[in-house]
Amino acid sequence: MRENSISFRLNGKPIRLDVDGDRTLLWVLRTDLGLTGTKFGCGESLCGACTVVVSKEAVRSCQVPMKAVRGKDVTTIEGLAPNGKLHPLQEAFADTGGLQCGFCTPGMIMNAYALLLKTPKPTRSQIRAGMDDNLCRCAAHHRIVQAIERVSAPA
Amino acid sequence: MTDDPSVVVAPPLPSAGSSLHRRDFVRLLGGGIIVLFNADLSDLLGQETRTRGYPTDFNAYLRIAGDGRVTIYSGKIEMGQGIVTSLAQMAADELAVSLNSIDMVMGDTALCPFDNGTYGSMSTRFFGPALRAAAAEAKAVLLTLASEHLKTPPDTLSVEDGMVFLTSDRKTRVTFGQLAKGQKIVRTLDGKAVTKSVPEFRVMGRPEKRRDARAKVTGRAQFAGDIRPPGMLFAKVLRLPAHGAALKSVDTSAAARLPGVVVVNEGGMVAVLHTDPEAAEKALALIHADFDVPGPAFDDKTVFAHLLSVAGEGEEREKKGDLAEGEKRSVSLFEGKYVNGYGAHAPIETHTALARLEGGTMTVWSSTQTPFPSQQAIAQAIGFAVENVRVITPFVGGGFGGKSAGLQAIEAAKLAKLTGKPVQVCWSRAEEFFLDSFRPAAVVRIRSGLDGAGRICLWDYQVYAAGSRSSEQFYDVPNNLIRTYGRWGSEIPKMHLFATGPWRAPGANLNVFARESQIDAMAAKAKVDPLEFRLNNTSDKRMRRVLEAAAGRFGWKKAVAPSSRGVGVACGIDAGTYVALMAEVSVDAATGSVKVGRIVCAQDMGVVINPDGAKMQMEGCVMMGLGYTLSEEVRFNGGRILTRNFDTYEVPRFSGMPEIETVLVKNDELTPQGGGEPAIVPVGAVVANAIFDATGARLFQMPMTAERVKEALK
Repeated sequence: MRENSISFRLNGKPIRLDVDGDRTLLWVLRTDLGLTGTKFGCGESLCGACTVVVSKEAVRSCQVPMKAVRGKDVTTIEGLAPNGKLHPLQEAFADTGGLQCGFCTPGMIMNAYALLLKTPKPTRSQIRAGMDDNLCRCAAHHRIVQAIERVSAPA
Repeated sequence: MTDDPSVVVAPPLPSAGSSLHRRDFVRLLGGGIIVLFNADLSDLLGQETRTRGYPTDFNAYLRIAGDGRVTIYSGKIEMGQGIVTSLAQMAADELAVSLNSIDMVMGDTALCPFDNGTYGSMSTRFFGPALRAAAAEAKAVLLTLASEHLKTPPDTLSVEDGMVFLTSDRKTRVTFGQLAKGQKIVRTLDGKAVTKSVPEFRVMGRPEKRRDARAKVTGRAQFAGDIRPPGMLFAKVLRLPAHGAALKSVDTSAAARLPGVVVVNEGGMVAVLHTDPEAAEKALALIHADFDVPGPAFDDKTVFAHLLSVAGEGEEREKKGDLAEGEKRSVSLFEGKYVNGYGAHAPIETHTALARLEGGTMTVWSSTQTPFPSQQAIAQAIGFAVENVRVITPFVGGGFGGKSAGLQAIEAAKLAKLTGKPVQVCWSRAEEFFLDSFRPAAVVRIRSGLDGAGRICLWDYQVYAAGSRSSEQFYDVPNNLIRTYGRWGSEIPKMHLFATGPWRAPGANLNVFARESQIDAMAAKAKVDPLEFRLNNTSDKRMRRVLEAAAGRFGWKKAVAPSSRGVGVACGIDAGTYVALMAEVSVDAATGSVKVGRIVCAQDMGVVINPDGAKMQMEGCVMMGLGYTLSEEVRFNGGRILTRNFDTYEVPRFSGMPEIETVLVKNDELTPQGGGEPAIVPVGAVVANAIFDATGARLFQMPMTAERVKEALK
């Protein structure tokens, strides 16, 4: 195994990359792997546009060095609908109109995805607290909360 | 991406020469039924400055192809406001086709006729009626063809779902595709087409889901930074440390030693490029540069005195009666000075562009609200003929007025020309806060008076730097004077140290904050309930209706402010739309922090094309408005911008989200009015008035930060 080789699971599939372990996950996803659903917004973990899920935790991929994902399970927005069938969260965001320009949307959905992994039935205030560090400049907050509630509410 | 019919990337027309005449343009269009139309007042005004060769008597067209699909070509762009849905609804309804058979080709200078840009809540207001007429015209053409095809008079035929059939026998029918196939019919809209009345609407007036939603929730929607041609370099450009600074000397040798780095130092632009954006970032940090930085002239605290000192002569916008007479009749006089600092647009997508030079054509994918003006600016900057520059606008990740200039596209094009490689320029967040065209810091001064009967008899209004938008008087004031001193776009020299520009409803947010705060102060002094005071002082029927609608939903109970309940009302007019807001707030007296618990928004926007889209914009306006109201302010010292990221520029978050209720006040007598901006304009005022009701303290400066509220409570 070469020194720079990093193995992990990406969207459910094993992957091995020869990259400098200090490069960040965000730019390796966007540049080397062409997974451009994960967005750059602020570069300092302040907006949430680059959120992906690493081993069930929402992380800001602009702050995660590649060496930190070695052996981990990384899920990006592209991994939520692997066979073209939308994840219930994606359905709910689309249905309730929980998006406008759409640029923060992948990060929002990934953050919500991790939130529901931990807290499948969050209260409204848990949703607000759990989503608070994801910024939406078009201010679709109202409907984003509705979308998450729709997925988490008992059927 | 067949599941996403809303945005299509079509092959370009063959390279259009500089003297492309209408005949040639039409020849390039391909077959089908085509209706050319002109949809934009601003484009009519701007025609003389056009340098491109396209014919000038239309700015959009609609085409029905041999497969029955309908494509709308328009230079407008989608940045979240939802016109990929609402424009398609209009065309689908007038044509009698399903929404799914409409494709939109937008914001591509090679495929779409000239358009000035997407701003000012104008797409539905001005573009909409022309698009509907064009669709109606196309339907008339199809009916004539069907009549010939089916050998029966047009009045025996009906149209439904892309099909013309004999009204008495649905089986005798022909599809739009069959009719359009092999045809080449080109019509220019002559204004005679009859469009549907509201009761005839089938697709318009119904809530429709966003057509771009699926692409956006899957991460497939492409923004400018997502386009990746092989060999692309990411560029970082050396920035000045302050506006007004000058580069004295630069040493790029350390940066150049990094493997794979390309250094450009040409014509005042210093940049480093690499296939890995982080490597480019590292190289940028290795550049040693010295600058001359001018001493600070003023800062975010002293700017307001500065604005007044350079104001010069004002310009009269509205005049009625005589101020001296108004003052004579006044039993109480009120003076207020209202201010707000510079505001950033702060879209989550920073300014981004990709430029690629190929076969003598510079193609630039850009996050811009103005692809055509940008095309011209790029051509000029790189010394290309306009027709050799193509601007393509993918989805835009928020604009709010800030993506009207296109510096990043010019930078990318220059670097692509110099390096011969495709080049992406994606501003960092600090660059975004440095290079943004801010909403100007501005001041409003009002002198007003009340007569013995509780009627406003004097209104002397002066606005500095913001412009007059939404300052128009709708209260019944006999002695009224409104004056402006400089505004974005025509600033007084030396007013600002950096670029200013339009910010969602430019100027209107401060104007309405000022007016509605002043009105509230007068109501309190008169000891009249603030809603009742407004109703007593305006006979404007649309305003009275939205106020009453908001009151009904809110459950407004009459009281003189301050009542300690923390409720407020404010109203305004913007882009032809009337809005009334009511809010409930609580104020923490110890910290000064304000929590907005509930906002009701009632809006009369004329005929509503997509009620769901309209409500989405109303909610977004209210929520975004809380940012300029409570927390957003650019800090600076002279030309140095101290705000660099979202830690110090606080935009609204989930934790600050109030309950938001929206009411559309029906007004089908009026053509559709603006939707993207109006509801944001009274947000500052409604919160200020609710704070006053809660505490008896009036705030004169936005944002109303905890610190300022605490100060006001002393």
